[in-house]
Order: sequence, then structure tokens, then C-alpha cells
Amino acid sequence: MPKFVLLATDLALYFQMLVLVLYVRHALRTPLLRQSWRYVQRDGAAMSAAVVLVVFLLIALLDSVHFRPRLPPAPDAAPAAEIAYSTRTLSVLDVLLTGPREAREKTYSVPLATHQFSKESMQREGVTVRDFPRLQYGGRHLEQPQEQWGGDVLRRSVNGLGSGLLVVVLGAALLLLRQSQRSGQAFMPSALDLWQGRSALPWRAIGVTLTVLLLLVAWVAALWPYYHIMGTDQTGNDVLFVCLKSVRTAVVIGSLATIATIPLALLFGILAGYFKGWVDDGIQYAYTVLSSIPSVLLISAFVLMIQVFIDKNPQWFETGLERADIRLFLLATILGLTGWAQLARLLRAETLKLGELEYVQAARAFGVSHAGIMRRHLLPNVTHIIVIVAVLDFSGLVLYEAVLSYVGVGVDPNTQSFGTMINSARNEMSRDPVIWWTLSTAFAFMVALVLSMTLFASAVREAFDPRARAYRVRPAGASTLPSQEAA
Amino acid sequence: MLNYIIRRVLYGLLILIGVNLLTFILFFAVNTPDDMARINIGGKRVSADAIAKWKTQRGYDKPLLFNEQAQGVEKLSKTLFVERSLPLFALQFGASDTGRDIGYELRQRALPSLALALPTFLLGVFVVVVVSLIMVFFRNTYVEFWSVAFAVFLLSVSGLFYIIAGQFLFSTVLKLVPASGFAGGLDMVVFLLLPVAIGIVSRMGGEALFYRTMFLEEIGKDYVRTARSKGLSESVVLFRHVLGNALLPILTSTVAVLPLLFMGALIMESFFGIPGLGSFTIDAINGQDFAVVRAMVFLGSALYILGLVLTDISYTLADPRVRLA
Repeated sequence: MPKFVLLATDLALYFQMLVLVLYVRHALRTPLLRQSWRYVQRDGAAMSAAVVLVVFLLIALLDSVHFRPRLPPAPDAAPAAEIAYSTRTLSVLDVLLTGPREAREKTYSVPLATHQFSKESMQREGVTVRDFPRLQYGGRHLEQPQEQWGGDVLRRSVNGLGSGLLVVVLGAALLLLRQSQRSGQAFMPSALDLWQGRSALPWRAIGVTLTVLLLLVAWVAALWPYYHIMGTDQTGNDVLFVCLKSVRTAVVIGSLATIATIPLALLFGILAGYFKGWVDDGIQYAYTVLSSIPSVLLISAFVLMIQVFIDKNPQWFETGLERADIRLFLLATILGLTGWAQLARLLRAETLKLGELEYVQAARAFGVSHAGIMRRHLLPNVTHIIVIVAVLDFSGLVLYEAVLSYVGVGVDPNTQSFGTMINSARNEMSRDPVIWWTLSTAFAFMVALVLSMTLFASAVREAFDPRARAYRVRPAGASTLPSQEAA
Repeated sequence: MLNYIIRRVLYGLLILIGVNLLTFILFFAVNTPDDMARINIGGKRVSADAIAKWKTQRGYDKPLLFNEQAQGVEKLSKTLFVERSLPLFALQFGASDTGRDIGYELRQRALPSLALALPTFLLGVFVVVVVSLIMVFFRNTYVEFWSVAFAVFLLSVSGLFYIIAGQFLFSTVLKLVPASGFAGGLDMVVFLLLPVAIGIVSRMGGEALFYRTMFLEEIGKDYVRTARSKGLSESVVLFRHVLGNALLPILTSTVAVLPLLFMGALIMESFFGIPGLGSFTIDAINGQDFAVVRAMVFLGSALYILGLVLTDISYTLADPRVRLA
């Protein structure tokens, strides 16, 4: 057995998954919540986005199970000797991607390259020449790279895409067959129903997204063992692999920071809105003070503090990874602690409104305690605001991480993140010939993550805040969503 | 009115005191000056002498709140709190940890910061209003659909990408403008063109969507229906009636942001090498110059509060229905 390592952010992610599961269970049992989420389900864009988000979440979760592998026993060790563990902490994702992780080149190489990006002096037939050396891993199987490269890449791409397509067609056929059996319809009409949206879920949008994703994965799987698909970075690491590792950082920052705002905002928002008077004044004062400090400065002040704290207590952290991880954890917490003012303001306003309603008055008249009213009558009726703000904030935080890393108060320099990738890209873009692939890969991943979260968030907002539906774009002639009122 | 303004200003002062206390706790109590010295001198093993010397040079060698060795009033005044925190209220920023006069730096750097931030902000508001009006004018068509989709895409791209890609395209490839730098006088226009343009583009997605919902909200009101039923054309309704009425909240919301423009644009300035307050702040954070960071925190919150007060005043001036007691 390897030795499992529980990092702070791992625990936080597991905890969030637990909260998510509990919320889903709760939502399934509450008719009103179920109805709101059904609105999200009917939105094609939101469901496509959800598919992409699930993939990102899976990557992040796979990258959140850490362990230190067991080392093979020394040849002359006694059989009862203590088991030695590697000093390197790996995650499940690392193990799954062992190939690209270990295929480290010396330095930059262009996507799908067989040769290094920069020239080196080499011995060739006894003469020293300067030329582009072959890569150690990328395109290693080719004997005559110049002639074979194009054909090889094309053949492998076609193979990959073809097998991907095969999987898609087979999978779709199987699912459709089951669907037609279940609904008792013939194959074609039932498939047509799904395609034209006569179903609870927008299967066409989901299907198209899944197809694109599967084709992409198949193509990557076909080429990755032989080439660096998106090239290598300065230290020779596979860029695509680094991007996949960065997904976890982005997800942790986005979700953990959002979760961290909730307790404070909820507590202060409801207290201020319920008790009014001096409690309200005090809480308003606190959040005006917090929000009057420019956020980058406030965060950097906090981060400088934790940096000192970490530097002063090196004995608490066994490995470099743990140290980097605690910094990520604290950074996310700080983002949450400094960012609660916005949510608290919204919750306070909503509580003020609710507090005047008859049912709260009635509860008060019946002698329900303050805590009881807040917990039973106010809290459940403000949760929709939390859900809206939580999904809306996520994408902003992912973008913010890049800015913070640039300022130098972001994640640990050793943590792979989109911010650190963009940072290094700044110098790469001013080189000649330009190194474009790190930036564009990070760009693609980040846009995919943030865009899907934004699309999902806007559907969630429309579902929970009916007023937002008035601003929905309805181009003439385009199919409109069946509105909830009509359903 | 005057009464109200005075009350607001006093409340603002109260908030500034809170900010001051918070930063004092963050910078001195959580982190002792010893830690600061250790970070600034660098290295794991720093001798106690070096730390003491660093602290004396920069005036950090006094107790936090209460000086037992001093006499009389000096028991309270010869402390870090009084010497390093209170003078901020008189805008006496003192010297940075590297020994430079912060007040002088601020005066030198305010102009370049404003030269970048003001055009970005004003042009930005103009462009965004125009774009969102066009969106609303073509509402319920594919023009709106695709422009909203494009705005959502713009919103999902990190601002850093715009800067890096813009610098690459316009400076490295097309060589239209210098990549970075700054000059006084009229020459600064050349250096400011690109950052201003990028600043506008990077904000456009989110703000165009925001203004669009604002215009849409306005367009559902009764006076718009009346104007339409009078037989006015849609463009007259939109550009005269709706814009006229929506301009008020837009203008009052800009007032809140105006003072903060002094703080400069952190990222923009450091990428384009503009010697403004934003790059000053970033350098301070990177160099762990706590004195400068503290001064900037104070300045930033003072300007924010100024913005709040100005917003209140502009509301009363702009909308006679708002009466402040």
C-alpha cells in the first residue's frame, strides 16, 4: 500500500463534494428547488457547460487523491525492514499520465515537434556543428523524422479521431436503442424526439458537447504517447500536462474561496438584517471598512503575512508540496475572508425584506426564539442568493488568480496554475521566434473553464431569480425555452 | 444638506480609523517588525544585530502601543502606532523601507497614473454605452444574440491575455506603438494608445452586458410606452428618452469610481512600464516594502470613501426626489 497524503486543499475539496451531494439530495426532496433546477436543466447552453464542468471537476478530483508510492525494498534489506516511501507525492492523475509526466525534454519544443526549439552544439561524424537536436521523447519512434513526420501525425490523428467517432456512434446507438425500447417507440421517431428537444433534457446540446469532448480525448490519447501535443515549456515539461495540473488549482481557488465567504456572509448578513439597530450599524461598519481597502492590496497584505508565517514555521510542513498546498489553501481562505462583504450586503437586504413579512411576524408572535426564526424561517429563504452568488463568483475568482499570481501574491511559484503559466508567457511572447504555445494552451483551458461556468451561472441565475429572465436574448425565429410558468 | 455631508464625512473618518487599525494590526501585531527585518535583509540566519540595526534605521525600534521607558506623554507618543500610523491622517506618509520619501513619489507618479486611467475610464464608459445601446436597439434579433454571446466570451478571457496578445500584435508584429515606456508632454500619447485601448476592451464584455440589462429595464417603463404610442420612431425613443433617463444612474455610478482612478491601474502600468502609482504598488508588494503598502492601503480607502460621499452628493443633485436628512 502506498502512503496516502491528505493535503489541506484535498480535504477542502472532499468536504465541498460532500456539501454538493447533500445539497443535491436536499434539492431533490424540495419541490420548489427541484423546479428551479429543472429550469437550468432545460437550458441547452447550461447543460453543455455542465458537461464541460463535470470533466474539469473530475480532473481536479483525480488530482486530489495524493499518496507517496512505496519504494522497492533495498536488495540487501532485511525482510522485516521498515517500508520506505518515496519523498515525491503523486496524485492519481499523475499516475494516469505517467507517460507525459516523465517525458521531460531539455527545454522548449514546438507542438508535435521532433526536434528541439533551440540549437545546440553537437558532435556529428567528428565535427562540431550547431543544429536542432532530436527530442528525447517527442517523435522518438521515427527514424527519418523529416520524411515520416507528416504522414505519421496524420495517420495517428485519423486513427484517433476515427476510433473516437466509432465510440461516439456506438454509444449513441446503444443509448438511443434503449431509449426507444423504454418509450415503446420505433427507433427513428424516438431519436428524432430527442434531437428536436422533445425531452426533459436538451439531449442535442449535451450530445454535441460529449461528441466534441470524446473526439478531442481520442485524438489526444492517440498522439500523446508519441508527441508533445502542445509542445514543452522552458524546463521541458509537457505543456498539456501542466495545463491539466493547473485545472485543480483553478477549481480549488474558485470553489474554496466561494465556500469560505459563505459562513461569514450568512452570519453577518442575517444578523444585520434581522436585528437592525446597532447590530446592523456595527456589521455595516465592518464591511465598509473591508471593502474600502483596494482588494489587491488587502489580499497582498494578508498573503505577505502568511508568507512570513510559513517561513517561520518550516517544521510543520514535511514536503515542499505541503508547503505550497497550505499557501494555496490560505490564499483561497483569504479570498473568502476578504470577499464576504458583497454577499453579506445582499443577504442583509433580503433579510430586511423577509423580516417584514407576515409569516416571520407570526413566528415572532408565537414566541419562536430569535435563533429559531433565523434558522428555520430566514435561512432557507435566502439560500437562493447564496447559490446565485456562488456560481457567479467562481469564474471571477479563477480569472483573479492569474492577476494575483502576476502581482506575486498568488499561488506558490511551484504550484502549477494558469496564473504562473501566463506569467512565464509574458517573456516568451517577446522572444523571436515567438513561443506561442504555452500561452495559447493556457488560454484555451481557461476560456473553456470560465466560459462554461459563466454560461452555467447565468442559467442558474435565471432559474432562481425570475426577474433575470427578462434579459434573456430571444432572437426572432430561434426556439425559445419553454418557460416555467407555462410548464 | 450641509448637515448630511458633514455626517457622511465624519462617518468616512470613522471608517478610515477602522482601516488604519486593521492595517496596523496586520502589519505590526501579527507580524512583528523583527519579521519584517528578517524578510527585508533576507536569508535564513540573520543576526540579531542586523535586525536591530535595520529597525533603528527605519524607526521600527519602538514598542507597539505603550512605551514604558519614556516619560509622561511620550509613553504614548513614542510608539509605533503614533509614529507610523497616525501621521497618515495628515497625509504624512514618511519614508519607505528603502528610504525614499513616499509623499514625493506619490506626487511624481499621480500624473502618469491619471493620464492612463482617466482616458481609459471616460472613453470606456462612452464605448460601452454605445455598444450596449446598439445591442438594445437590435434586441430580439440575431445581432443581439451574437453580440451578447461575444460579450460573454470577452468576459471569460483573463485581462492578462488581452495585454499580452495586444502587446504582441501591435508592438512586436505590427510595430505600430512602442511595447512599453513613458514620456512626458504630448509624447505620452504614443505610449498610452495601446494600454487605453486594451483597458477598454478588457472591461467591455462585462460592462456592456451590465448596461444592456439597465437599458432593458428602462425600456419596460411606462414613459417609453407613452413615447412609442405618440408615434415616435424606435431610435428616437431609444436615443432620446431611454438614454436620457439611463444616463443619470450611469453618471452617478461613475462618480464613485473617479477618485479611485488616482490609484492607477496595477497590471496595466506594470506591463507597459508606466511610472504611475499602480506600478509603484506592485513594486512595493514584490519588494515587500511594508511602509509603501500601508500608505497605499490608506490612500486607497480614503479615495474610496471620498467616492462614496461624492456619490451621495451627486444623487441629491441629480435627482430631486432623493432627499437627505
